Amino acid sequence: MYRYDEFDARFVAERVDQFRYQVARRLSGELTEDEFKPLRLMNGLYLQLHAYMLRIAVPYGTLSPRQLRMLAHIARKYDKGYGHFTTRQNIQFNWIKLVDVPDALADLASVEMHAIQTSGNCIRNVTADHFAGAARDEIEDPRILAEIVRQWSSLHPEFSFLPRKFKIAVSGSEHDRAAVKFHDVGIEIVRNDEGRVGYRVYAGGGMGRTPYIGHVVGEFVERSDILAFLEAVMRVYNQSGRRDNLYKSRIKILVNALGADEMRRQVMREFEELRAAGTLEVPGEELARIARYFAAPDFGAPTDDVPEFDAARASNAAFRAWSDTNLAPHRAPGYAIATISLKPIGGVPGDATDEQLDALADLLDEFGVGELRVSHEQNLVLPHVRKKDLPAVFARLEALGLGTPNAGLVTDIIACPGLDYCDLANARSIPIAQRISERFGDLDRQHDIGELKIKISGCINACGHHHAGHIGVLGVDKKGVEYYQLQLGGSGAEDASIGEILGPAFGEHEIVDAVEGVINVYLERRERSERFLDTVRRVGIEPFKARAYAGWAFHI
Amino acid sequence: MSLIKNGAFAEDQFQSIADDAPLPANGTIVSLARFGREREALLARNAPLGVRLKSEESPEALGEDVHRLSVVVLEFPKFRDGRAFSWARMLRTRFHFEGEIRAVGAFLYDQLAFMARVGIDAFEVRENFTEADFARAMGEMSEVYQPSADGRPTIRSLRARARSLDPTPPRP
Repeated sequence: MYRYDEFDARFVAERVDQFRYQVARRLSGELTEDEFKPLRLMNGLYLQLHAYMLRIAVPYGTLSPRQLRMLAHIARKYDKGYGHFTTRQNIQFNWIKLVDVPDALADLASVEMHAIQTSGNCIRNVTADHFAGAARDEIEDPRILAEIVRQWSSLHPEFSFLPRKFKIAVSGSEHDRAAVKFHDVGIEIVRNDEGRVGYRVYAGGGMGRTPYIGHVVGEFVERSDILAFLEAVMRVYNQSGRRDNLYKSRIKILVNALGADEMRRQVMREFEELRAAGTLEVPGEELARIARYFAAPDFGAPTDDVPEFDAARASNAAFRAWSDTNLAPHRAPGYAIATISLKPIGGVPGDATDEQLDALADLLDEFGVGELRVSHEQNLVLPHVRKKDLPAVFARLEALGLGTPNAGLVTDIIACPGLDYCDLANARSIPIAQRISERFGDLDRQHDIGELKIKISGCINACGHHHAGHIGVLGVDKKGVEYYQLQLGGSGAEDASIGEILGPAFGEHEIVDAVEGVINVYLERRERSERFLDTVRRVGIEPFKARAYAGWAFHI
Repeated sequence: MSLIKNGAFAEDQFQSIADDAPLPANGTIVSLARFGREREALLARNAPLGVRLKSEESPEALGEDVHRLSVVVLEFPKFRDGRAFSWARMLRTRFHFEGEIRAVGAFLYDQLAFMARVGIDAFEVRENFTEADFARAMGEMSEVYQPSADGRPTIRSLRARARSLDPTPPRP
């Protein structure tokens, strides 16, 4: 993985000192809360319902054992013993004291971590495919470009006071696990007809109040031109993005107001000038230098025929269930990618305790896995596990309460923190996720239902990605009472789509039944190996609607 | 208010004039609107001239006239309004404007280093602001990752230089 050199280390250390000075000025009263707010946000510090929340960047979701141990230390020393992994591959701590934040950041800097640009109206921490460097269908490791983008965007002098936040994601495979079409800018690594690798750039995707799927603004951007191209997109947005209305200030609104053609024209105009200037060129030598940090470990040449693995599957039903759902094909024979579910039945999606983080660090060391990944689905990933080690790895995970065999199933639910923590929320998300998880906790039932992505947001800002859920749940507030809207048919993958709202919102005690009703319709109407999403797309939402609202007086 | 230019207090040689006020004899700053209306008369005067841009006014509106100006003033109505960062950068790298770019308005101490990087070289600051404050703001971050209008070497170029002195490859 990427390692800081003296320049990165000094940059992060100085940034900690800079923030320490900002906190001191706030504590002394020199800065008002209004003035301090954009400064603390640019360092990932929110003021939530009960306390400050510190969001720490996990660039492209990659963590080393040393970093995991430090996160465990932060959880113990400054928080209540746990952290929460987010849908942007970051980790947040919900109970931090303002006065402790500079020390926590200094601790993080000692393991090459920071909270730079995890919030605020700037270019946010860049995300990438959590299977990077391991996936079988990968064209190129997306973290190489993501690291180049991370450096370019860090304290960018021109683009740190944008109309609104700006999120960039990179995918390097045919299967999109980074939801690039739902980002302000999404970059897809592609190979052109001549076999050359370059980038397809989407702009204007997003969720929130007005969900949009991104438009292609650069069909094939050469590798050396990518920073000039990104800077061109940012320049157009910084000049023309709306600043009069918070809800219309994202780039998606600009792209859709201008139209994709006009957006492309304006971007190309800036791009031609920036490319001609040459200062932003990414030389092949720099790409190669960064790529060396992400070079695959030596996998040796084992075969895919692993008797220990097959024997464990035959003798251990729990291992068999886990390996059916939580493993993905690895590029190297004899290896697998293992998803660690942070969705225990009835648990809080995305939470991990300090003991779990420490134990995972030990596990990485002992089994030579090297690094851990955070997925945007709020799970963790072991990217390179020898198949013969899998039974032992699973046993360890199970003992830690991390062996839930539900990756991609109905109980693998994404949920934002919601009204339990968040200042913006209209409704609670976590208890709804917990109740759905309990309702479908039976493993045979989950396997029978198959792939199903439920995503829950506690407000219209859509941090729980409900628009992209096969089933999306949105919490709304009606005169102080929590209600939940149901959406069907969304997808955050390469077949990106926005879910369709089923109808009026359900009460807190009705929503789980409504979800179950919808799933029963799927079970009755599915054909052969159809996934839930495929059935919704084939038959439309009407049959689901009829079931969900059966017995409602207004219906039909 | 006082003026910090190139890192030190400087006497302001310009008077900012309202749209309906008579012009003084020497250095004058007018709004873009007034410049548009009185362009020829203003350029014909034998005194230095500046134009003040609101945050929604792109310097592109000045066209080639920008090279006949001594100062372009960029307004920051709110510190959150970051458009002027792009205007400054464009003035320097697109139009190659070499005169003074002055920031006025509600910007913060913590934005000064960014402002200097995009090419702003004069700052209208509160009376109690000191040259030492300014120097501190400039020195908080000693290196930068990305090129801008200030021509500072980027971390990438510093790395290349360090490698040419010590060509040991980095640890993987």
